[in-house]
Amino acid sequence: MYAQMVKTDGTRVRSLDEMEPHERAFQERVDAGQKIEPKEWMPDGYRKTLVRQISQHAHSEIVGQLPEGNWISRAPTLERKAILLAKVQDEAGHGLYLYCAAETLGISRDEMYEQLHSGKAKYSSIFNYPTLTWADIGAIGWLVDGAAIMNQVPLQRCSYGPYARAMVRICKEESFHQRQGFDALMRMVKGIPAQKAMVQDALNRWWWPSLMMFGPSDDASVHSVQSMAWKIKQNSNDELRQKFVDQTVPQAEYLGLTVPDPDLKWNEEKGGYDFGEPDWEEFFNVIAGNGPCNAERLNARKQAWDDGAWFRDGLTAHAQKTAAHSVAAE
Amino acid sequence: MATATLEPDVDQSALFEFLLRIGDNALILGHRVSEWCGHAPALEEDIALANTALDLIGQTQLWLGLAGEVEGEGRSADNLAYLRDGFEFRNILLVERPNGDYGKTLMRQFLFDAWHYLLLKALKGSAEKRIADIAEKTFKEVSYHLNRSRDLVIRLGDGSAESHRRMQEALDDLWPYTGEMFVGDTIDAALAGAGIIPAPQSLKIGWDEIVADALSESTLVKPADGYMHKGGRRGVHTEHLGYILSELQFLQRAYPGAVW
Repeated sequence: MYAQMVKTDGTRVRSLDEMEPHERAFQERVDAGQKIEPKEWMPDGYRKTLVRQISQHAHSEIVGQLPEGNWISRAPTLERKAILLAKVQDEAGHGLYLYCAAETLGISRDEMYEQLHSGKAKYSSIFNYPTLTWADIGAIGWLVDGAAIMNQVPLQRCSYGPYARAMVRICKEESFHQRQGFDALMRMVKGIPAQKAMVQDALNRWWWPSLMMFGPSDDASVHSVQSMAWKIKQNSNDELRQKFVDQTVPQAEYLGLTVPDPDLKWNEEKGGYDFGEPDWEEFFNVIAGNGPCNAERLNARKQAWDDGAWFRDGLTAHAQKTAAHSVAAE
Repeated sequence: MATATLEPDVDQSALFEFLLRIGDNALILGHRVSEWCGHAPALEEDIALANTALDLIGQTQLWLGLAGEVEGEGRSADNLAYLRDGFEFRNILLVERPNGDYGKTLMRQFLFDAWHYLLLKALKGSAEKRIADIAEKTFKEVSYHLNRSRDLVIRLGDGSAESHRRMQEALDDLWPYTGEMFVGDTIDAALAGAGIIPAPQSLKIGWDEIVADALSESTLVKPADGYMHKGGRRGVHTEHLGYILSELQFLQRAYPGAVW
């Protein structure tokens, strides 16, 4: 999940009877499954929550280029290199749609960058882990994109039109990303023993951070309940995590890998797996900036932005000259 | 370019050399461009650069694939990309120049694109059909690359004082690496004589025009023609290539025989 622990500003969810007429009309439209569009009235909290969530999602796509970009120059074949380039390019494209979707809510892309660079806005915890071997690239496709899909498929039905529509295209591409990751790993586990060991090592390192992507249990969270009432969020974190584990464990078995969780066991009664608790202390540390790559990731983004200032200023200066010339010519 | 039909006795080793030259240019420049991934000055630039790199890697697959076919020793495009050492690489020195700032990357791209565009345009009429077919496909991609790099060179050259300064510096720095594109040897002469490729010297006038035109719009000053570095086309490279290859080839070298 690329948006984690998004706050809503609310302290409790209000009933229809407590709402002013325009808010009530808004909520009734949401309840009826209608889409809310940019120029329509919306509660301030709805707008702010969406900006937080969509920008966090966009930042995750952008920062997410870095761990994968780390292996483009070392991809093992021309085909794998081309696939990885295409995938990372898709992610930059997702960032672009999402920034545009957020801009419809009255915030500029530059303001969102500023929030990312200052640390005010977050991005997904998962991208603060390092990619240490080529198998990590497969594991990111399989596990990270797999977990993202769990969250993003329901977001296609989100109440906010621009976000829901951006998600339709994003989901199509994410499912290609997941398949290519699984395919890369499948090739490796059928290869020489060193390749299979590399894949197992990648699973050992990425399994728990992938489960953490869904965020801590939020059944009791007022933010979560409010987001659900607004149809910005459709499922609880635990529901999605369970779905992810149920889908992924058989795939790990198919690859001949061992999931690094001694408590993992099929539960016939619930028709799903029982599994261990992620290390939430680690999660909160990563969120607080203490993950293995937080500083590097953020610095890389800040540096790209700062180093590119002259480029953006140069283009602006040219555009101003051109505009001045065309005014003069009129 | 002559439109002579393919001579049956055209030297296959010369053809192989030419295919390495054009394929290695695409591979090494694609590698350099992809190094920017996630670090470009604007999101749109990240997307455009990934696209350019993707085109170049696709072109590498085509050219080196054909090179392996022509050589006839069972080497694939991957074998040629991942299992040759530096002295066996045939790219021009320009494409292995380090990225530098974004201006230098764009200037390198423009100087190369202008030449690549003319080369592929001529190769569309090659007497060797397999070459003409690849040129037909890749010419479209490269026309777009040239459009884009030319446009940015103009806008940044005629932009702010700082962007102008950086672009002029990039141009001055890269200029001595442009001469190599137009120097022919016996391999070129044999293939040009058979109507398979244009003589390298024949592309110079067109390139000069494209470059002069863009530089004049960009308000940048063309450097004086002085000493020109060369060597890449016969396997004598700069120190940079070794580092590119040690990254590029790491997995194939560390795990011989593994399939990915």
